Amino acid sequence: MSLSHATPMLARGGRHTALSGRRAWLIIAAPAVALFLAFWLLPMVKLAGLGATAPTGETANAYWLVVSEPRYWKSLFNTVGLSLAATLATLIIALPVGRFLARHPSFPGRRVLMSLLIFPLAFPGVVVGFLVILTTGRQGVLNTLSQLLTGEPTVLAYAMPGLFIGYVYFLLPRTIGLLTAAVEGIDKQWLEAAQTLGASTWRRFVDIELPALTGALTAAGAMCFATAMGAFGTVFTLGTRIDVLPITIYDEFTNYANLPVAAALSVVLGLSTWAVLYAANSLAASR
Amino acid sequence: MTAPLATDPLSITLTHCAKTWPDGTRALAPLDLEVRPGETLALLGPSGCGKTTLLRLICGLERADAGATIHFGEQAVTDVAPESRGVGVVFQGYALFPNMSVAENVGYGLKIRGVAAAARRDRVREMLALVELEALADRRIDQLSGGQRQRVALARAIAIQPRVLLLDEPLTALDARLRQQLRVDLAKLLRRLGITCVIVTHDQEEAMMLGDRVAVMSAGRLEQLGEPETLYRAPASPFVADFLGTLCRLEGAVVRRHLGVDTLAFRPHEIAIVAPGEGLPATVQARFFLGSQVRLELALEDGQRFTALVASNAPWQPDARVGVRMADAAPAALEEVASC
Repeated sequence: MSLSHATPMLARGGRHTALSGRRAWLIIAAPAVALFLAFWLLPMVKLAGLGATAPTGETANAYWLVVSEPRYWKSLFNTVGLSLAATLATLIIALPVGRFLARHPSFPGRRVLMSLLIFPLAFPGVVVGFLVILTTGRQGVLNTLSQLLTGEPTVLAYAMPGLFIGYVYFLLPRTIGLLTAAVEGIDKQWLEAAQTLGASTWRRFVDIELPALTGALTAAGAMCFATAMGAFGTVFTLGTRIDVLPITIYDEFTNYANLPVAAALSVVLGLSTWAVLYAANSLAASR
Repeated sequence: MTAPLATDPLSITLTHCAKTWPDGTRALAPLDLEVRPGETLALLGPSGCGKTTLLRLICGLERADAGATIHFGEQAVTDVAPESRGVGVVFQGYALFPNMSVAENVGYGLKIRGVAAAARRDRVREMLALVELEALADRRIDQLSGGQRQRVALARAIAIQPRVLLLDEPLTALDARLRQQLRVDLAKLLRRLGITCVIVTHDQEEAMMLGDRVAVMSAGRLEQLGEPETLYRAPASPFVADFLGTLCRLEGAVVRRHLGVDTLAFRPHEIAIVAPGEGLPATVQARFFLGSQVRLELALEDGQRFTALVASNAPWQPDARVGVRMADAAPAALEEVASC
């Protein structure tokens, strides 16, 4: 098909070199196209199709079941809410840290700090979950301290707060990396120009730095949000009682063998992530 | 709205201003300097001579070493933050804000000062008219040419009615032709504003044209301060002589035998080429026609090379044997310099 499409262009295009260039592109692009078709489009179509079938013992298709069942809505809102909160918290923590690292290219201990920041990047979600249990679980540091000081137990690990801490923990290193690079990219003379024109530190931040960082903040936020929406290992370690979409999908798939609903939920997870990212991008672009 | 273009000009007085970087490098040796009210002072020197550092001390973006004082008129500003000094600065790369339009850039300093929107609009229009950019008020910065950016940066700096105006290599980023044109425009504008102005440049022609006085700097020191003509005709050091235009130097036995002096220093237009037998014997090595003048590259018999600029009808061709003597109007000062 691609050949028959290329022929009229051959006739029209004229110059030989340009054409061989175009044909070369087709050849170079072919493996990527094949991979895309085989591993993205085909499974996606299959997944979307599966969601349109009725689970055993039901008459309506899985999409309808998902949309009409409050339990799934709750799971979706939990996931989106948690991911948004984790993203926001990560950005708020990472921005000052990134600014500091970018503005202080050399200070005692910087190298050690950078290594410490990079270290948890390789941890799977399970390990992050384990770390959260170690700090805020029943035997955790927080609980021990709380028992000592107030006599009351404080256990966060096995519910939403624990999950929130875990998400922020694994999102922070990559976000700090992204934002440090972005702050380094800001022309220092812009800030100096604003300063000589009378702008205070705060005005410079709001008028010059933030607009210059909009792109990086949006990109970093999108990465955080998408990662948080799909995160599974941490939540799985902390306990399957927590009701977020990846766990719900896992339950439907493994425990109830309900493939149509699992597929429909996957499509919903993908679409809602896309919708939020799309909205964030439009918002950033309009500013 | 009839606000004046600039406030009454103030002097800038620097006393014992030095700057040492944290690693111990001395950027500026202790220096005293007074810029007179309404004057344009050009800081001239090669890169790394400390001229930009000096400019940054004046606007407060760098702090001088302990013991320095800086006054604008009667007011001590040594400890005043840059945002409160009321200086207009044009940065080397212009540093225009990419997220704002031309008009927003020019109006930014007024917005910070809380000037009402209507008054701001008037002042911005007035500034853009001054630099002949009214038509581009709503353009984005990346849609402007280099010369237009330079003028926006200038308009932004003077919109706040600064007490002093500081320009850091304002024309360096432009191509040669445009630089010539904008140099003239800038000179006219500075005269019209009558504001006290310090301009940093490494281009001697630019310094002489824009500066009422020129301060030549080298290796963190002030070499000489004076009117352009004084510097050119009576340089205080070989460095100043060399930096303001080409300076040729000849010495050795040949010079002594023919001219009776140890060394001879001159600018290429200050020597005359005459028939062989008279003056210092030399050979023409190359000839370049420059339109109004001819540039001759010459060599003495012992191999010392030098340059002469002569009238474009001069007949000398490569390999011609000629004589060299000082032209009639040549100043004597340079010879004294050469022996110091």
